[in-house]
Amino acid sequence: MQLIRRIALFFLLPLTAVAGVLPEDRADLMYHYYDGGGVTIDGPSLLVRKKFAEKYAVSASYYVDMISSASIDVITTASPYDEERTQYGAGFEYLRGKVTYAASFSNSSENDYEADTASLSISQDMFGDLTTVSLFFTRGWDDVTRRGDATFADEIDRRIYGVDVSQVATKNLVLGLSFEAITEEGFLNNPYRQVRYVDPDAALGYSYEAERYPRTRTGNALSARARWYLPYRAAIQADYRFYTDTWDLRSHTAEIAYTHPLDDEWTFDVHYRFNTQNEAEFYSDLFPRQDFQNFLARDKELAAMQSHTLGFGVAYEFKPSWADFLGKAAINLKYDRIRFDYDNFRDLRVTGVAPGTEPLYQFDADVFRLFFSGWF
Amino acid sequence: MKKIFRFPLAALLAALVAVAWPAAATDGSPPAPAFKLANRAGGDMSLSDLKGQVVMINFWASWCGPCRQEFPALDQIYSKYKPMGFQMVAINVETEKADAERFLGKTPVSFPILFDPDNQVSGSYGVSAMPTTFLVDRQGRLRWQHRAYKPGDEAKYIEQIRQMLREKS
Amino acid sequence: MKPVRLLGVALLLLAATGCSRLEPWVKPYERENIADPIMAWDRDPVSSSYMRHVYEAREGARGGAGASGGGCGCN
Repeated sequence: MQLIRRIALFFLLPLTAVAGVLPEDRADLMYHYYDGGGVTIDGPSLLVRKKFAEKYAVSASYYVDMISSASIDVITTASPYDEERTQYGAGFEYLRGKVTYAASFSNSSENDYEADTASLSISQDMFGDLTTVSLFFTRGWDDVTRRGDATFADEIDRRIYGVDVSQVATKNLVLGLSFEAITEEGFLNNPYRQVRYVDPDAALGYSYEAERYPRTRTGNALSARARWYLPYRAAIQADYRFYTDTWDLRSHTAEIAYTHPLDDEWTFDVHYRFNTQNEAEFYSDLFPRQDFQNFLARDKELAAMQSHTLGFGVAYEFKPSWADFLGKAAINLKYDRIRFDYDNFRDLRVTGVAPGTEPLYQFDADVFRLFFSGWF
Repeated sequence: MKKIFRFPLAALLAALVAVAWPAAATDGSPPAPAFKLANRAGGDMSLSDLKGQVVMINFWASWCGPCRQEFPALDQIYSKYKPMGFQMVAINVETEKADAERFLGKTPVSFPILFDPDNQVSGSYGVSAMPTTFLVDRQGRLRWQHRAYKPGDEAKYIEQIRQMLREKS
Repeated sequence: MKPVRLLGVALLLLAATGCSRLEPWVKPYERENIADPIMAWDRDPVSSSYMRHVYEAREGARGGAGASGGGCGCN
């Protein structure tokens, strides 16, 4: 579905690096699997990075989503479909003294959406390496088309500006603060999705019309995080993000995570994440009549909703005897269970009730990641 | 002067001194601060034991990537110049020995390893980067300080060691 | 008194951004715990960027994930 595609560009290669020392050479091969709300998406993800002369680093990524969609929107207004999205990325870093310069590019492609993204960042260690400040800028160009309609073509122009500060506060505590401004211009909705309005003449009591979105959206995200080292060798992290945008959407996200290593080989993770948002200004599950207002949306992503996530991870680190060039390797399994709860998006698979009284929609998603990492 | 300004002013002065600290040798090289630390091979070692020799003091930790990377190069320098009156000590700054011992088990070196678990010596030497290498001449004067390590830095160490070896006691 | 001292030093540090050798309150040789791999903000970028994508495709909010720093403070 289009909702997933636009986000492709946010799957960026890790841009910001610790200045002073470039991260280790590493390759990760992952299988990802998502199943929730009638949608199943799985596929591979490959990420490789290598440095040269402790000054330069290059990275490359390959990612595929194989989508089998029978989501609630698809079921009620269209028919289930299968599709594939492929994303390639490449990045380059240059370390000079305490400053790391990074540039990266990625392209995401599927049959009705093409997204190109370019990013630049500069990161500097200061104050005895206790503080790292990063600035980043991302530019995105999306081409939107519609399956079965050769006449439709539109674009999105995206700009993201961000600043991030990471601060070593004590021997056992690191703090982070970041701010990001995201501006988008163009065709920001979904060419397949529709809104519904009360229609006494229709069989169901409601009819559909195409959604209409503003052609601009500007959002700001402010986030703070802290990570503590616990004396028996474990770590606990707390995150909070506040997001607001020009569509009147406001969101609070909080997460708490605990990491517990065992001996030198096993690492266990557990985390809980909570997200709450109110609806966008022009969102409604059911409009009172056709063409009710200038902008119309019924995308559940813009509804008033909460999500709760409980996740677990286990990693096993070893020295592979079958690969001499790998100094260290690890195998990881992560599982997250996400509950999505909507306050004003209704489940239209339920018919035979008065429009607007269908049960509120909710669904659970299972997300798995299984990956192998090698350090060389 | 108001009491409230005393500490920030002292900090500013310390900062200015730190900035002014020469990375190259000057005629007025200060004496290397004395130390006496436990030796991994047994017993203690103090700086006065090494007077008359050219000494390299390397502050390192097993959690520090560039420190680990530097060790093989230091071992080569030690083997080559020891017969000419050169001594090297690597002072480990970790609070517990276990990680250092594990690293040394995998990457053995021939130069002495000393332990500074309460960081008194690191403090007296003003260690401001990991790793930091100090070069001390035959008269016990602190001549050069190298902050951080990148492959290739050992060429500079060798040049300075050879210069000091040529000097009289 | 202590918070005021800290504030004074912090302000001076801010004012002297050009200097690269100011006195840090966590010395480089005290960064053992911060340098531990379990203290990294993002231990597995391949997995965290995927999860960021999972959420951004299904929730209205975006961004705020920029992370860097900490680490061994070496070099």
